[in-house]
Amino acid sequence: MHNYTIAELVKGLQSKQFSSVELTQHFLARISQFNDQYNAVITVTADQALQAAQLADQRLAMGSAPALCGVPLLHKDIFCTKGVRTSCGSKMLDNFIPPYNATVVENFEQAGVVMLGKTNMDEFAMGSSNETSFYGPVKNPWATDCVPGGSSGGSAAAVAGRLAPGATATDTGGSIRQPAALCGISGLKPTYGRVSRWGMIAFASSLDQAGPMARTAEDCALLLNCMASFDDKDSTCVDRDVPNYSASLNKSVKGLRIGVPKEYFSEGLHPGTEAAVKKALADLEAQGAELVEISLPNSDLSVPAYYVIAPAEASANLSRFDGVKYGYRCENPKDLQDMYCRTRSEGFGEEVQRRILIGTYCLSAGYYDAYYGKAQQVRKLIEQDFVNAFNDVDLIVGPTCPSPAFKFGSKGDDPVAMYLEDIYTIATNLAGLPGMSVPCGMVEGKPVGLQIIGNYFDEARMLNLAHQFQQVTDWHTQAPEGIS
Amino acid sequence: MNWETVIGLEVHVQLATKTKIFSAASTRFGAEPNTQACAIDLAMPGTLPVLNKQAVHYAVMFGLAIDAEIGKTSVFERKNYFYPDLPKGYQTTQLEKPIVGRGAVAIQLADGSTKSIRIHHAHLEEDAGKSVHEGDLPHGSSGVDLNRAGTPLIEIVSEPDMRSIEEAVAFAKKLHSIVTSIGICDGEMSQGSMRFDVNVSVRPMGTSELGTRTETKNLNSFKFMEEAIEKEVERQIDVIEDGGTIRQETRLYNGDTKVAKAMRSKEEANDYRYFPCPDLLPVIVSDETIEALRRALPELPDARQARFVEQYALSTYDAGVLSSDASTASFFETVATHCGNPKLAANWIMGELSAALNNAGLGFADSPVSADQLAGMVARIADNSISGKMAKQVFEAMWQGEGNADEIIDAKGLKQVSDSGALEKIVTDVLDANPTMVEDFINSDENKRKKKLGGFMGQIMKASKGQANPQQVNQILLQKLNELL
Repeated sequence: MHNYTIAELVKGLQSKQFSSVELTQHFLARISQFNDQYNAVITVTADQALQAAQLADQRLAMGSAPALCGVPLLHKDIFCTKGVRTSCGSKMLDNFIPPYNATVVENFEQAGVVMLGKTNMDEFAMGSSNETSFYGPVKNPWATDCVPGGSSGGSAAAVAGRLAPGATATDTGGSIRQPAALCGISGLKPTYGRVSRWGMIAFASSLDQAGPMARTAEDCALLLNCMASFDDKDSTCVDRDVPNYSASLNKSVKGLRIGVPKEYFSEGLHPGTEAAVKKALADLEAQGAELVEISLPNSDLSVPAYYVIAPAEASANLSRFDGVKYGYRCENPKDLQDMYCRTRSEGFGEEVQRRILIGTYCLSAGYYDAYYGKAQQVRKLIEQDFVNAFNDVDLIVGPTCPSPAFKFGSKGDDPVAMYLEDIYTIATNLAGLPGMSVPCGMVEGKPVGLQIIGNYFDEARMLNLAHQFQQVTDWHTQAPEGIS
Repeated sequence: MNWETVIGLEVHVQLATKTKIFSAASTRFGAEPNTQACAIDLAMPGTLPVLNKQAVHYAVMFGLAIDAEIGKTSVFERKNYFYPDLPKGYQTTQLEKPIVGRGAVAIQLADGSTKSIRIHHAHLEEDAGKSVHEGDLPHGSSGVDLNRAGTPLIEIVSEPDMRSIEEAVAFAKKLHSIVTSIGICDGEMSQGSMRFDVNVSVRPMGTSELGTRTETKNLNSFKFMEEAIEKEVERQIDVIEDGGTIRQETRLYNGDTKVAKAMRSKEEANDYRYFPCPDLLPVIVSDETIEALRRALPELPDARQARFVEQYALSTYDAGVLSSDASTASFFETVATHCGNPKLAANWIMGELSAALNNAGLGFADSPVSADQLAGMVARIADNSISGKMAKQVFEAMWQGEGNADEIIDAKGLKQVSDSGALEKIVTDVLDANPTMVEDFINSDENKRKKKLGGFMGQIMKASKGQANPQQVNQILLQKLNELL
C-alpha cells in the first residue's frame, strides 16, 4: 500500500479496497519499523491517528466524504497541532503543546485526513541539510550518509522512505524544493499568500509559505486543493478563489513558453545535475513546449539579500522565546538578564543564534540603511526580473539546487557554502512567486530536482507541466534501495 | 538669570474599542490577571495579528478632530526590546508612516488668551502588559499580567510648544476633552486610559536654542504631571546654576512618594531596531472612509463651548468647564433644557454636584443624582418654590436616594413662603418685637446699616422657620426700614 500514490489511495479508499484504519496501521507500522533509519518522524500520534481513521471510515461509508478523507499524512513540526507537541526542531519548544491547530492542519483535519505524526526539521526551519535539528539529523533514504536537504528534510525523507504518502512542509528560501529534489520527490511552494500562515511558526514572515510534498505532481495538486484557503486570521493571506488544481493536470503543454534562465546554468552547478536538467528540458521540448533562453540579471544578489532580510525578520520573530511564557527556561536564573541570556543560549542551537545575531546587526542603528534598506531594494530588482521574464514566458524551468545530496558534516564549517545550496530557490521567495521541484534524473545514485517557477497564483500551470513531465518520465516512481 | 521652560508631551490614549488592536480578546478593565489574554496576546508561536478596524477609525477621528493630515497609507513597524510584559519581544507600533500627521490643538489660558500647540503626529500602537510585584508569588519572582497587552493606543506627540506648567496642563486637559468628546477614549485616568510622557528643558529667557531635555515617563494624572514638571524644571535650573549640565535621560516620577529619579541615560537607551512588520499589510484609509468619519464626528469641545455661550448665555469660562467632556456636557444640557434656567443649572452642576462627585470619586455618568432629578430641583429654585438654602437640603436628600425634589420638598415641608402678605406680616412682627435693633439701625451710617440688615434677616428667617423667600424678605425689609428713616 505504501507504494500507492495519494491519487491511488483515494480511489482505493472510496472503492473500499482498503479502509483508512488499515492504511493508517500500515503506515504506523512502517514508521515504527523504518524511522530509526531516517529519523524523519519525531512525534508519532498513533492513537489519535487510529481514532481519526475510524472517523474517516465512517464518513467514507456514508458516501459523501471529501476527496482526501482517510488519507494518512505527516505534518512538519513547524505547524501547530492542538494537544500535540510542536517543537519546530528546537530544544526551545521541546515541551510546547499548542492549544490550537494551524489553519493548514485544521483544513486537513476537516477533510478527514489522518495525521500520523510530526516530521523532523532544521531548527526553526533554518538550514539546508537538516543537521540543525535538536532531534538529530534526518538521513536521506537514497544514501543514509547524506543529508536529505532542509529545512523540510523530515517531510521529504518520510515521503521518499514511504513512511507516509505525503507530508506538509514550508519553504522560506527553498525548504520545500531543495529537500524534495535531494530526496527524489515532488514538492511545491505556492505563491506567498496562497496558504494561510496561521499556526505555522514564523521564521521570516514575508518569505514563509507552506506547501505540499508527495511523490507526484498529481498528489501535490490534491494536497494543495485542501491546503490553500483564504484565512482571515492571516492578514497576508490573499482572498482569492482556490482553483481545482487537479482539473488542469492533463492539458497539453504544447506551445507553452518555458523560460530557461542562463544564470541558473553557470559556475557551481554540478555537471551531472546540469546534464539531468538539460535532458528534462529536452523532454519537455519533445512534448511540444517551447524553450526560450531568458535572463534574470539580478540572480546573484538573491542570496545576499535573503541573508539580510530573513535573519532580520527572524531576529524579531524569535524574540518571543524568552523563557517567560512557555517553552524552555534555564535552571535557577539569578535575575531577568540571566534568564534571557541563558534561556536563549541554551534553548537555541548555533545556526539559529547565528541568524539572530546577523539579523539584529542588520537592523541596528547605523546599519539599517546599508543592510536591511539595501536588501529591500534588491528584493524589488529581483521581483522586477521575474515580472519582465513572465511578460515573455509562461513558466521558468531550471535546476532546483546546484548538486545532489551531500555528506553529513561536509558543509558544516562553512555557513556560506551551505547558504549557496539555496541559490536557485531563494529568488522566488523574495519575489513571492510559486515554485516546485520534481525528480528529473539521478547522479551518483542520488536524485536530481527540476525546478518549475510560475507566475503569481499560476500553480495550476506549474502542476500541469510537472504532471505532463511525469507522464513521460519515471524518475518519480523510483524508490530508494531497500524499499519494495 | 531668568529661565524659560520648554515642554513637549507624548500622550498615550487607550482607545475605547471592545477588543484588542490585533486580537479578539476583551479590553475590559479590572479582570482577573491573564483572563483577557488570548493566544495572540500571549505571543504563542504561529499566531498572527489581525488589525482592529475600529481602532483605525478612532485614530482617524482623532486626526480629523485636530484638523491633521490623515495618513492614507500608514505602516506598522516592530519596535524590538525584551521585557517580560512585552510578550512578542517587540511592540507593534508606527514610526515612519503614522496614521495621523501634523495637526494643532488650541488651548485657552487663564488670562483668556488662546495658544495653538502643534501636533507632530499621532500613531497607532499596542499597549504592553503589566509586571506584578506583589501578591501570591514565589519568593524573589515577579508576575506578568497580560490583560492589557494589545490594548489599542494612539500616541500623540506634540511639538515642544509649551512654555509653562499651566500650558502643559491646559494642553493635556484639552486632549482629554477632545478624545472623550469624540468618544474614542473613556478618559478614565485612574485606570491608565491616558498617560503622559513629558519632555522638559530650560533655557535662558530670550534665547532660541533648545536646552538638553529629559523625559519623565508614564504620568497618569494631571496633578502628577504638574508636580513632575515643576520638580524637573527646578532640578534643571539648580543643576545649571551650580555649573553642571543636564544629561539627556529618561526619568520616573512617583506621584505617591513625590520622588523623581533618573531611569536611564541616552547612552543606555535601547536600539529598538524598528522595521516594517511583515505580518501586517500597510493600512489604507480611503477618502470615502475619511469623509464618512468626518460627517459622523461628534461635536468638538471648542464648538460645543461656543454653542453653550450662544445657546445658554453662559460665560465663556462656565461654557468651557461644562463642555470639556461629553458626559459633563450632556448632563448639563439635560438639566438646562428640563429646568429652563441654564445659568442656575450651570451653577449647581459646577458647584454642589461637582464637589459631591469629586468627594465620592464619581463621574457624571455615575452621579447618584440624575440630570432629570437635578433639573426638577433647579426648576423649584427658579420658580421660587424653594430657596437656595433649602435646595441644599433637597440636594442632600436626593443624593441619599430619598426621591425626587418635589417628593422631598413635600416630605420635609420645605415649601418657601412667597406670599407677600404673609411675608409682610412676619417682617412687621419682627421689627415690632425688636425696637432697640430698629433704633440702632436708624442711628447708624450707610455702611453699618448694610451690615445690620443681616441681623433682621436672621430673625425673620427664624420666625418663618426658614421658609421665607429671602429675596422677597429682603425687599420688604428694606422698604419697611426706609419708611422709618
